Amino acid sequence: MPPSDLLKSALTPLIGAISALVLWEVVVRGTGVSPIMVPPPSLVLADIAAAPLWFAQQTAFTALITLAGFASAAVFGVLFAVLIVEWKLLDRLLFPLFVAFNSVPKVAVAPLFIIWFGTGAQPKIAISFLVAVFAIVVDTALGLRSVPQDTLDLARALRGSRLKVLWRIKLQCALPHIFAGLKVTMSLALVGAIVGEFVSSQQGLGYVILTAQGMFDTPRVFAALLILAVLGVALIAAIDVAERFALPWRHRRAADGH
Amino acid sequence: MRPAVTAGTPVAEPIIVAADVSKRFGGANGVLALDRIGLKIGAGEFVSLLGPSGCGKSTFLRCLAGLETPSTGRLEFEGEAIAGPPAGLGIAFQRDALLEWRTILENVLLPADFAGLRKTDFKPKAQELLRMVGLADFAQAYPSALSGGMRQRAAICRSLLLDPDLLLMDEPFGALDALTRDQLNVDLHHIWQARRMTTVFVTHSISEAVFLSTRIVVFSPRPGRIVEDVVLDLPAERRLAVKETPEFLSYTRHFRHLFETMGLIHD
Repeated sequence: MPPSDLLKSALTPLIGAISALVLWEVVVRGTGVSPIMVPPPSLVLADIAAAPLWFAQQTAFTALITLAGFASAAVFGVLFAVLIVEWKLLDRLLFPLFVAFNSVPKVAVAPLFIIWFGTGAQPKIAISFLVAVFAIVVDTALGLRSVPQDTLDLARALRGSRLKVLWRIKLQCALPHIFAGLKVTMSLALVGAIVGEFVSSQQGLGYVILTAQGMFDTPRVFAALLILAVLGVALIAAIDVAERFALPWRHRRAADGH
Repeated sequence: MRPAVTAGTPVAEPIIVAADVSKRFGGANGVLALDRIGLKIGAGEFVSLLGPSGCGKSTFLRCLAGLETPSTGRLEFEGEAIAGPPAGLGIAFQRDALLEWRTILENVLLPADFAGLRKTDFKPKAQELLRMVGLADFAQAYPSALSGGMRQRAAICRSLLLDPDLLLMDEPFGALDALTRDQLNVDLHHIWQARRMTTVFVTHSISEAVFLSTRIVVFSPRPGRIVEDVVLDLPAERRLAVKETPEFLSYTRHFRHLFETMGLIHD
């Protein structure tokens, strides 16, 4: 992609975001809604600007919890999907159990995690993991099963070992699905991190929201929400960049215009 | 005028022997796809399995590839019963089955990779094959940048990389337009002329079969039986112009007539 196109592709969403903020400001000021209900974005940004370092610390904590939850979900999820796709018995044995576990509301098990892991980072990472893991398992399994029959026949006729077929064909074929799953997993890991912080925490953006709410400090609640939104976009964008490196064949095709 | 049809008797030592090969799908009362196929194929032959869609010719090819197991009967390749894909096999399908995430060169090198051989040893060979089919400039391109005909050419290069003793092709040109198909027929014929690998080629195109083959085996509609086995008496080296010779036309007329008597085509 030439630099001018890159600039354009980054600029367009930015214009969208700024327009939304301006519209928000105009509507709030125009209708005269109380800042305790909905503060204008200028007030929210001023709140962040008043204590940037403190906000940065809270954001870093939540981001680390999210990344740890995401990473553990991604590693476990891909391995689990490989196991159930490669061994039908494991699929029948474990997948219904996995679905059953996933059906339990994560918020409901959070207090249990506090008992097990205390109030540090671990219970939050565990909740983030639990919320996020289902998506990556389902998408990876779908991807591993999406290899065309001709390709599997070819691999068999070439007498490739099972490991080679898995590594060189099935996983490669599944990569676009895995990346789609990783994006969902990342968003869910962030949700899980906040849920964890809601249950018990002394830091993080979830803690900021909870304490600010207790003091009816609505601008601060909105400040944390705004940072969460930006954090979410940044994390997903990071996966987009990784995808470009991992799947050059997809992007070169798009760039060639074929 | 020479007789249009000669009884098929392979000249060379057979490398494929099929005796009473039957295949039934879906249990004892399932569909009978192949009914007691008996066939010997000699080294260096180019045999086309000709027949209508669903006549079991592809099933027979898949049995040769070790991708399906016959329900009954004996099937041997180079004197050994076929149980699973044998070594020394090249294969091409109707869909090229190129791996989208590998460059054309890497796709052609796939058989070496899967056989546990060093890819670098086969790079010159792969490049030579690509040059032969006019794809030298596309070695570093991804499959998505190529047309259907170019992709199928690359797939043929892949099937030839390890100099297979047996090349199996399952309607490799079935999805291509008529012009591209003619060109690939010529290309394949040149390659076969140069290498003389034993080839079993599944098609339902009479003209394609007559143009490419040294021998044609006609299958009946399901259950697949061998209806006719013909060794062609045409010049060894063929150009597209051979399609207008009386000999060529008498063969195509003969097979069309055979299809008519089987009730497969009618005016």
